[in-house]
Amino acid sequence: MILSVRDLAKSYDSRQVLNGVNLDVQPGSLTAVLGLSGCGKTTLLRVIAGLERAERGSVSLAGTTLDDGHTYVPPEKRGIGYVPQEGALFPHLTVEANVGFGLPRRERRGEAVSDLLAMVGLAPLARRLPHELSGGEQQRVALARALARRPLALLLDEPFSSLDASLRSHVREEVHGLLREQGVTTVLVTHDQEEALSLADTVAVLRDGVIVQQGPPAELYELPADRELAAFLGAVNVVDAQFRGSSAETPLGELELRAGSPISGAGMVMVRPEQIEVTESGNGRPDAASSAGIDGLVEECRYYGHDAVLQIRPQHPEQSSVLLARVLGEHALPAGTRVTVLARGPVSPLR
Amino acid sequence: MSTYAPAPQSTGRFAQAWSGRRRWPLVSVAGGLLAAGLVLLPLTFLVVEAQQSGWGEVQRLLFRHTTAVLLWNTVRLTVACTILCAILGVGAAWCVERTALRGRRVWAVMLVLPLGIPDFVVGFGWVSLDHGLHGYLAAVLVMTLSLYPLVYLPVATALAGLDGALHEAARSLGLGPWRTFWRVTLRQIRPAILGGCLLVTLGLLAEYGAFEIVQYQTFTVQIFTEFKLGFDTAAACALSLVLVALSVAALVGELALGGRGRAWRSGPGARRTAPRVPLGRWSAPVTLSLLILCALALGVPLFALVYWMIRGSSTTLPSTSILSALGHTAAYSAAAAALSTVLAIPVTTLSIRHRNRFTLLIERLAYLPMALPGLVIALGLVSFSVRYALALYESSLELIVAYAILFLPLAVVGVRAAMAQAPSNLEDVGRSLGCSPAAAWRRITLPLIAPGLAAAFAFVFISSATELTATLLLRPTGVNTLATQFWQYTSNFAYGAAAPYAALMVAISAIPAYLLSRRVNVLSTRGARR
Repeated sequence: MILSVRDLAKSYDSRQVLNGVNLDVQPGSLTAVLGLSGCGKTTLLRVIAGLERAERGSVSLAGTTLDDGHTYVPPEKRGIGYVPQEGALFPHLTVEANVGFGLPRRERRGEAVSDLLAMVGLAPLARRLPHELSGGEQQRVALARALARRPLALLLDEPFSSLDASLRSHVREEVHGLLREQGVTTVLVTHDQEEALSLADTVAVLRDGVIVQQGPPAELYELPADRELAAFLGAVNVVDAQFRGSSAETPLGELELRAGSPISGAGMVMVRPEQIEVTESGNGRPDAASSAGIDGLVEECRYYGHDAVLQIRPQHPEQSSVLLARVLGEHALPAGTRVTVLARGPVSPLR
Repeated sequence: MSTYAPAPQSTGRFAQAWSGRRRWPLVSVAGGLLAAGLVLLPLTFLVVEAQQSGWGEVQRLLFRHTTAVLLWNTVRLTVACTILCAILGVGAAWCVERTALRGRRVWAVMLVLPLGIPDFVVGFGWVSLDHGLHGYLAAVLVMTLSLYPLVYLPVATALAGLDGALHEAARSLGLGPWRTFWRVTLRQIRPAILGGCLLVTLGLLAEYGAFEIVQYQTFTVQIFTEFKLGFDTAAACALSLVLVALSVAALVGELALGGRGRAWRSGPGARRTAPRVPLGRWSAPVTLSLLILCALALGVPLFALVYWMIRGSSTTLPSTSILSALGHTAAYSAAAAALSTVLAIPVTTLSIRHRNRFTLLIERLAYLPMALPGLVIALGLVSFSVRYALALYESSLELIVAYAILFLPLAVVGVRAAMAQAPSNLEDVGRSLGCSPAAAWRRITLPLIAPGLAAAFAFVFISSATELTATLLLRPTGVNTLATQFWQYTSNFAYGAAAPYAALMVAISAIPAYLLSRRVNVLSTRGARR
């Protein structure tokens, strides 16, 4: 357990920002802390970095206590790299001087700096000033600067939010590759669920000052702790169900339940849009009429190129609310099309 | 979605900073308190002095015929000058920044340069050429020509940074060019106009030298006379309280008219420069008007100086006294500039990085001397030193402290802009890169605010070097500065001997006036690049 946060609390004025946060980060892994803006993500990072003090609880790194109410290790002695939003490069220093800032004086102009710049692919820009760099380049310099001191852990605060959408995914992949290569233990804070799911080994969701769930991305997406979290991680259809041990009876068919203790009784299951199969009525499969599934009408079609989301109004007494279905782009259907809708398991019960 | 920019930082952030670095702001808090204390000191003793003579006596002094005359003189002058400055300043700024006028860069410099000539030198220039010039109209003429750049500068800056998208939006919503000017442009530059007018008003209330030269009696002139010639401290202090009240009324008036409203900009969209208006057949009249303005404001005083220098060179120049006056001026001004600038650092650190009610109050107090005429500050300090620190009375230190208090607002303005460019999260990064708090400040914040510190130092240095009123009151016996020596010669109508001193003062302050005018250009190009 390299970085460990226990029961951390912090408030400003009378507002409780963090209220008993527990977070464990495995060595060499990338953990994303996901939450809406204003949920205390930045505060959490600042307390770990030592820029704020904990009110309650503790922070420890590799077995050393950094902050627990008695001991307090100042940020400069923690060996934790911190990259705030937008990189925060020192505007009066060149790229080179920025990267070498944290190094001992004699190493600031040596090989160490040029190696780091080569690593992030910015060696030709060593003499530039930050304002002469693009957003992505600034981000990479900020990363190289933080890595220069070989930190035990690295904290990234919304590292990609200031970048244009077109640039974001590219820079994201580059940074991800770099962090993998270096094997640095990283905590990344973001409000973008796509970013968290696609980058991180572990995702921790912060809400109302506590971590509501922590686990691998797929686990969070498939088995979210509650309905709110399910919707936060992606679009979701909530369907009434009768549970029968390891399966659920729904208007959309008999669906297998994901691994877990068998349950029974009435409840609801969560069906992601990509789990819904849409067939155009009339010219569908020949046996479609005989099998389960409900009729519906496409009310709206949002086309994204690679895929499309259909908004379908079911014509079924037990399922009246609109269903969202994600289909491949080539299978997009225009509004007004009559369809048959069927769900594919496995699904998760919703609490 | 439109957010009102630029909110510097959310309150949450400030609260964070406040509780996060509990130990570090101690230095800033101590510095801020010292600055606030220094500002309040002369004001307190003004009240103490007035109280010592008894409120009955104060009433007798205030409710007499002279006071009514002074009030009338001061108010009618202030109103006329402020309106004229507003018209000249806005008109000139609009022509230079918003029309396709030829030679805009040259005009931009020429129109600001009068700021580099002390008001009493402008007065000297006019009166030395025409001895018949005195009274109300002379005072209006001299002060308008001296002070209109105070409106021109902020309005030109505002016009240069105007977002063209708003102009285009207004036109596309069906407003004609004139209605666009009234409803969009004027609204955006209104804070700049009001801010400039406030500076003009405060400058008028504080002025002594120019009015003495044109023989026009205002409150400040009367206070000076009561104290220096009549040795009547109580009367001087009582009248000073009225002067302070007038200044405060000007401040409140500006606030009430919405002078602090922001020119807001919605959304993060790219700023577009508004199109310039072609002048067409108006080109010649506009150019001629600007030429006349520059001739009156710049040409006449400079001509007078050159004229008297040539005339005066026939008499023997006392070169040693000019060197010693220059030395004293430089030493006092440098010391005052250093003190002001150092005090401005904690004040701005608190107000930008640790914003709350307490730090806001400190910042407001630091701006207070803007509304306090130099004469009032000098009187307060005299009263304090005579009662509690006789060693300070008429010492160099007292004069330096007076300058530092008087020009603290200039220093704060200079440092504040730079401090806003040095966000505290840079220091945070520095800490995480292994710097102690002090090292992070030295290696990151200090170099970032250095240009602001230099600007603040320069502003205070220039202003101190050309200050007359407080200097006349506080200078150590037997010591002459450029301003006081000039004053002595002028009072004896030795114009030839006075001219070199004025020329030196103009030379010292012309450089920053020039830089100031350049900054408007720099700002506008920067705005376009963003």
